[in-house]
Amino acid sequence: MLESYYPIAILIGITVGLGILVMGLGHWFGPRRPTQRKNAPYESGMMPYGPGTRQMPIRFYLVAVLFILFDVEVIFLFPWAVVYRELGLFGVIEMAIFIFILLVGFIYALKKGAFEWE
Amino acid sequence: MVAIEYYVILSAILFTLGIVGVLIRRNAIVIFMSIELMLNSANLAFIAFARQYNELNGQVFVFFVMTVAAAEVAVGLALMVTIFRTKHSIDVDQLSSLKG
Amino acid sequence: MSGYGIEDLVYILPIVFLLVWALVLVLVEAFTKRPDVTMLLAAFGLLAAVTLSVIQFGTEATAFKEMLTVDGYAVFVYMLVLASGLLSLGLAYDYNRRMGWARGEYYILMLFSIAGAMLMASAANLIVVFLALELLSIPLYVMAAFVPNDASSEEAGLKYFLLGAFAGGFVLYGVALIYGATGATNLMDVVAAALGTNSPVMLLTGAALILVGLGFKVALVPFHMWTPDVYQGAPTPVTAYMAVVAKAGGFAALFRVFIAAFPSVSADLTPVIATLVVLTLVVGNVAALAQKNIKRMLAYSSISHAGFLMMAFVTYGSALYADAVTSLLFYLLAFTVTSFGSWAVVIALEKAEGKGLDFEDYAGLGKKYPMLSAAMLVFLLSFAGVPPTLGFAGKFFLFRTVLEAGYAWLAIVGVIMSLVSAFYYLRVVRFMYFEQGDPEVRSEPVLNLVTAITVVGTIFLFLFSGPLLAWASEAVLALI
Repeated sequence: MLESYYPIAILIGITVGLGILVMGLGHWFGPRRPTQRKNAPYESGMMPYGPGTRQMPIRFYLVAVLFILFDVEVIFLFPWAVVYRELGLFGVIEMAIFIFILLVGFIYALKKGAFEWE
Repeated sequence: MVAIEYYVILSAILFTLGIVGVLIRRNAIVIFMSIELMLNSANLAFIAFARQYNELNGQVFVFFVMTVAAAEVAVGLALMVTIFRTKHSIDVDQLSSLKG
Repeated sequence: MSGYGIEDLVYILPIVFLLVWALVLVLVEAFTKRPDVTMLLAAFGLLAAVTLSVIQFGTEATAFKEMLTVDGYAVFVYMLVLASGLLSLGLAYDYNRRMGWARGEYYILMLFSIAGAMLMASAANLIVVFLALELLSIPLYVMAAFVPNDASSEEAGLKYFLLGAFAGGFVLYGVALIYGATGATNLMDVVAAALGTNSPVMLLTGAALILVGLGFKVALVPFHMWTPDVYQGAPTPVTAYMAVVAKAGGFAALFRVFIAAFPSVSADLTPVIATLVVLTLVVGNVAALAQKNIKRMLAYSSISHAGFLMMAFVTYGSALYADAVTSLLFYLLAFTVTSFGSWAVVIALEKAEGKGLDFEDYAGLGKKYPMLSAAMLVFLLSFAGVPPTLGFAGKFFLFRTVLEAGYAWLAIVGVIMSLVSAFYYLRVVRFMYFEQGDPEVRSEPVLNLVTAITVVGTIFLFLFSGPLLAWASEAVLALI
């Protein structure tokens, strides 16, 4: 049963081994003269200024969360779309109710100004 | 074809990892990620069992769980953002204004 | 093909109505932005749902392909949580205005959460238990963190959220394991398949995980760590609300699931449950002795009451479980009335968010406000289980059931712990009547009304505990 996975195991072995080999060659034979710039996390020949992480405006968060909420609900549309011919009118009504509930949330967010960028 | 048991064992390992993560990590976001891991390990178990019993219910449950997880993300991240604005930290060890 | 019809919606009309009404209120709030209007409409919605539940009393049906059950047990819990909703609307209305953060969303969130608690009582499928639990909990996380720019409220919200989501994970994994062991999540199919299952360990683990998850929600020791912090930090009306409704929903689902689906593992689980009960009673009551803040004291007290409620649960596998559920429902009713009353008094004395909550602030209350302190006295006596109060009747029926089931030692532990609890309840009484002080009390009409209703309820319902018990036991008959 596990035999079918042998090619993958061999592939993983080769990849890992090659990676270790190549990096090891550089490590063992290459000369090293560390400087401060070279030791910087992102080495590009320039000195980094300021921390790498910055605070994002809170508005991005709001948009992202609204996106998640309305996006995940699409999950329910997929199985529905597969069988909606068999479900007939009943399925259409069900989905209309579902979308309507989402719409209420959307109208709420709209009226509360969640989509205004300023 | 991998046997169902392996999926169940994997899901049990993921679930345990999630619990351990909740108990030992101190950053609220990481704790929450561990909780998500717990939910997703249950999803994996549902899928595996649905396959074993050859029925669809288990797969449909996963959809519900994913939706619930999304709702939890929205509420949880909002709580963390507000608390970060007040305290400038989401380390749960520093949430100590309530002590008896 | 469809399989559902209008009659499915009619069976669960109180819940459907409440959810539709909450959606309507979302729109009302979005367009009018007037918290008072939303609050009044929410109260109307709750009243209408109560009416629909009254009409429904006596119905016995399953809806949506046995996903939901409507029976006397469910309708009893409907009434309880709907009444809790009305009482906590009364608590919240004045408080939110006084503290200056009245927002309509508060009431809408509450409606959703009540619908979640009602669904928990009706859930006949494990996945519905999980979804209802989340519908109950997610609005509560937001409500706990409702005070703007207040570190302790936000902290309470975050702690409640993390622990609540953690507990939800346990419940869900338990459901997954039971699905694995039996191939079903429907309670009826689970109980049928559980007898012939070839993975009894998985079934037992699943049942235990569900017990742990719901144990977090109803604050059983050792899953209670969040309770004191959350109860103290959350705005007081929210604390009052979650102390009752989260417990009612949690216990309702716990009992239905275990009685309907897991009688086969009762021999293995009963010792565990008995241990949980003893731990909860001891830790809750002893820790309450050390408290100086009234909100924390009531939090530990509510943990100990979870222990008392859980006491009924040790008999769930025996022939006496119908009596056990009856006394559980009755105790839940007693706890609801008493708890809301005591929180109403706490709110009356609370000066600002988090101020005026120490025992010292109650000094001299008896002299300056005799009515209010008499009310508080009644609630504290009812908590401690002293006649003639509803709390006494609750404890009486509970201990009687436990004795009949042959758990005499458990009943003795219960009685001893009731005596311990009298110490910390009477400390408040001592401050009210025997210490000098000059407390400042808000006299607000709605708050006073809630206090009056609960005082009358605590004493008056005691006189009618016989018929009430009969009603509760009639409600339970349907569960069998």
